[in-house]
Amino acid sequence: MNRAESNPERESRNTPRSSVFRVPLDLIKRPSSLLVLLVVVVLVYGVVYPSLHLLTASVQVNAEWSLAAYRELFSNRAIVEAAVSSVLLSLLTVAFCALAGISLAFLFERYTFPARGIFATLAALPLVLPPLVGTIAFVLLCGESGILARFVMWLFGLKTSPWSLRGWPALLIFHTYTMYPFFYMLTAAGLRRVDAGLAEAGRSLGARPANVLFRIVLPQLTPSLIAAALLTFMTSMASFSAPLFFGGDVRVLTLEIFNARQRGDVAAALTQTVLLAVISLAALIFLQRYEGTRRFAAAAMKGATARRRPIKSGKARALATASAIVFAIVLALPVFTLVLVSFAKDGSWTTQTLPPAYTLSNYGRILTQADASSVFVNSLIMAGLAALFAFVWSFCVAAVVGRKRTRWKRLLSLLVILPWALPGTVVAVSIAEAYGQTNPLTGSFILIGTFWILPVVYFLRFMPLVVRAVQASIEQMDASLEEAAGSLGASAFARFWRVRLPLVWPGAVAGTLLAFVIALGEYVASVLVFVPSNQPVSIKIAAEMRDFNLGTAAAYGVLLVVLISAAMLLAGRLERKREWPSGIGG
Amino acid sequence: MSFLSLQNISKRYDGLPAVADLSLDVEQKEFFGLLGPSGCGKTTTLRMIAGLETPDIGTIRFDGRDITQLSPERRGFGMVFQNYALFPHLNVFENVAFGLRARKRAKAEVAQRVDHALALVQLPGYERRPVTELSGGQQQRVAIARAIAIEPALLLFDEPLSNLDVALREETRGELRDLVKKLGLTAVYVTHDQEEAFALCDRISVMSEGRILQTGAPRELYEKPAVIRVARFLGRNNLIVARRLSSSDTAIGTFKTIQGEHTLEVPVERSKLGAINQNSTLAIRPEHIVLSKEASPSGPNILRANVREISFGGATTTIYLDAGGLSLEGLLLRSDGLNIDDSCTVHLPPAKLMVLGDDEGS
Repeated sequence: MNRAESNPERESRNTPRSSVFRVPLDLIKRPSSLLVLLVVVVLVYGVVYPSLHLLTASVQVNAEWSLAAYRELFSNRAIVEAAVSSVLLSLLTVAFCALAGISLAFLFERYTFPARGIFATLAALPLVLPPLVGTIAFVLLCGESGILARFVMWLFGLKTSPWSLRGWPALLIFHTYTMYPFFYMLTAAGLRRVDAGLAEAGRSLGARPANVLFRIVLPQLTPSLIAAALLTFMTSMASFSAPLFFGGDVRVLTLEIFNARQRGDVAAALTQTVLLAVISLAALIFLQRYEGTRRFAAAAMKGATARRRPIKSGKARALATASAIVFAIVLALPVFTLVLVSFAKDGSWTTQTLPPAYTLSNYGRILTQADASSVFVNSLIMAGLAALFAFVWSFCVAAVVGRKRTRWKRLLSLLVILPWALPGTVVAVSIAEAYGQTNPLTGSFILIGTFWILPVVYFLRFMPLVVRAVQASIEQMDASLEEAAGSLGASAFARFWRVRLPLVWPGAVAGTLLAFVIALGEYVASVLVFVPSNQPVSIKIAAEMRDFNLGTAAAYGVLLVVLISAAMLLAGRLERKREWPSGIGG
Repeated sequence: MSFLSLQNISKRYDGLPAVADLSLDVEQKEFFGLLGPSGCGKTTTLRMIAGLETPDIGTIRFDGRDITQLSPERRGFGMVFQNYALFPHLNVFENVAFGLRARKRAKAEVAQRVDHALALVQLPGYERRPVTELSGGQQQRVAIARAIAIEPALLLFDEPLSNLDVALREETRGELRDLVKKLGLTAVYVTHDQEEAFALCDRISVMSEGRILQTGAPRELYEKPAVIRVARFLGRNNLIVARRLSSSDTAIGTFKTIQGEHTLEVPVERSKLGAINQNSTLAIRPEHIVLSKEASPSGPNILRANVREISFGGATTTIYLDAGGLSLEGLLLRSDGLNIDDSCTVHLPPAKLMVLGDDEGS
C-alpha cells in the first residue's frame, strides 16, 4: 500500500532528489499538492509576476520594446543625482549608526556603572516609532520651529530660529537616531556570545587590550556587524518620510518615485523603481556573500561569556554615568515631545517654547468621532487582514519548505523573503503596475482603487517576518518530537495540530503581532496606492501635519506607539516562552 | 517466517550507502540488539523498522505482512528515542496518553492504561508534573511508559540510556530487561555500548559500515568472533598474525607467528582453513593468557616473554608483554609479584585461540 501521509519533511528525506525539475512533480503527486499549489500561486501572483511586469514595463514605450526610458533615466541628471544621494545617504547612515551603536554597545555591555540600566532599557526605544511618527516627533522637537529651537531663541533672546534643520544634517541625525539600535542590539548580542576565555587567552599570550579588541573580539563580531550594516543600509534606502518632511534639496529615489507618480510620469517612476530595487538587492547579495565567508561556528565552542566589569577610575565612572543619563534623555525626548504635543490644542501653539494650552480633546475626537476614528478602524482592519493571512500563510510555507533545503525550496524561500528585502516603494509600485488593469493573458486583475490593494501590499511586505518567525520556531523544535508522535500513531493532521502547532504558535503569534503593528503605521507604500475612501491612519497623520493640526497628528502617533510597544512587549514574552526549558534530553 | 524480517535492505543518503544489503530476523519475544560504532547504520536500520525512513531497496516483513511502505503511525510500534522526544508542552500524563488518544480510546481506558504504564516504570504520582521539570532518569522512564502504553507490537530503542550517568545507566538497564520480559514484548535495541548490549539482549547483530558482521548470542559473539572487526570491537583481544604450516586435513593447525616466529597449535574448523603459507589472524583474549614466573620446557604455545609495562586497573591488572617481538597483553586478577623487565613464561591454551576470517566473509 502507499504511504498515506503528507509530511513533506519526511518526503524530502526519503526520495532521492537529483534533478531540480523532478521535485515539484514529486510533490504534486502527494496529498499535500494543494498546499504546494497554493504557495506557488500566491508567490507567482504576489512576487514573480509583479516583479517581471515591472521589469518588462520599464523597457516598453507605447507597447514597443525600447530602452528609451533607461536612456532618459541615465541622461537625466536629477535622477542620477537621486540615486547617488540615496546610496551616499545610506552609506553615511551606516557609518554614523555603526559609530554610535558599536561604541555604545561596548560601553553598556562590557561595563557596569551607575545609571547604566536607564540607558540599557531605553536603547531600543526608537524601534517603537513608525518612520512617519518618528519623523513628525523629530520635526516637533528639532525642526526650525520645534521645541529645541524655540528654547534656544528664548534663552538667548534671538529673533529668528537658530537653525533650519533641513537636508543632509537633518537626515543623518534622524537616521542615526532611528537606526542605531540595529548596530547597538546586534553588537550587544554578539558581545554576549563572544567567549571571554578567548580574550583572556589573547592577553596571556601577550596581546595588549587594543590588540585583543581588534584581533580577537571584533573579528568574532563580524557576522553581527554585517547583519546590522545590511539592515541599516536597506532601511535607509527605503526611507521616505524623513526626506519628504525635511529632506530639503536632497533628492532620494523613494521621493523621486513618489513625485514622478504624482506628476503622472509613469515611465520615469518605473525605471527609478527598478533602479531602487536593483541597488537594494545588490547590497543584500553583496553583504550576504561576504557574511557567508566570515561566519564562525560559535555555537560549537564552549566557554563563558564575559561578565560586565565595574569601571574603577572615578572620573571615567562619572563620565560614563553622565553619558548614560544624557543618551537616555536624547532617546526619550522625541517620544516625550510627541506625548506632550498630543495634548496641545490644535492651532494654539505659535511662537511659544512649549505649547501653551492643553486638552484631552485630541484623543477624545480620535476615539469617539466617526470621521477621526474611521482611519484607525481602516488601518486596524487592513493590517489585521494582512496579519491573519500572513499567519496562515507562514504555516503553509513552512509545511512546503520543510526542514531540508533543496535547490527549488531555496528558490521558494528566496521569493518569500524578497518583498521584505525590497523597499516598500518598490513593492507598492510593482503591485500597482501589475494590477492596474485586467489582462486575461496573464490572469491579471484590478486591485488598484479597490479596498484590497493595501491589505495585499501589507501582506506581501510583512509576511516574511511571520514566515521567518515560524521557520525559526520549527528549526528550534526537535525533529524527533514529530517522529515520536508518528510512531505513537498520530496522523499527519494530528501531528500538526497536537505537536507542531502548540510548539510553534508562540513564535508564530509573536511574528504576526510584529507584522500587524508595523503594517498599522505603514506609510511608504500606503501613500503610493491608498484609496481615498479607505485611508489608513498614516495618510491622515501626514494630512493633519500639513494642516498644522499638530496635536491631532501627535495623538494619532502616540496611539500607534502605545499599540506597537504593547505588541513588542507581548511578542518578547511569547518569544521567551517559545524557548521551552531545555531540560529534555540533557 | 520470523516475527520481524528485514530482507536485503539498502539505504543511501546523498549517494553514500548507510545500510548495504542487510538482512536480519528477529523472533517473537526476543530482545534483539544492533551493536556497532557510530555511523555503522544501526540507527538507520532501526528507523526503517519504525517507518521513519523508507529503504531504497529491500522489504521489511512483520508478522507475515510486508510493512516496507507503511507509515509509522500505522505500524503500532513503540519507540524510545535517544533524546526521549518528550512533548515539552504536555505533562507526564498527557505524554503517556498521547498514543492512546491518537487511537481514540475511551477516557477511562486511557486513564487506567496510563496509570498502569507509570506504575510499571515506577513513576506513579507524577501525572501532573511538567516533563521539563523531571530529571534525566525520570524523563527516560516517561519515554518508556509512553512507548509501552500503546501495547506495541514491537518495541524499538535508539540508544535510550546514553544520556544517563553511569550508575543510573546500569540500574535502568536491569529494570528495562525485566520490564520487556515481564510484558512479553519483542524489542530491538540499538547501542554502541558492548556491555549494555551483552547485559540486555538475547541476540545481537554486530554492524559495521552498513553491514552485519556477525549475529549471535552475547557469549557466542564474545568467545567466537567470526571476523577481525568483531574481535576488535567486542572487548580487548590479542590479534596475532601467523602463517599456517600444517596440511589442511588435521583438526589441529600449526601456525608460525610472523613476529617472534613462535609455533602455535590451534584447533581449526575446515570451513575456516586458509591456504598453507598464507597469513591468517589468530586471536586470544587477554584473560585467557596464562603467565608464570618459572621457566618451563619450551614447546608449542609456550613463549618466553619480558614484562614491558604493568597497568593497575583496580580489580584486574593488565600486563603488557614482549615475546621476542610479538606484543601481547594479559589480564590478571593479581600481578603475582611480576615487575617491569621480569622475564616470564606465557602459555596460550590452544582451546582459547581462535582463527578469524577476513572482514568480508562471515
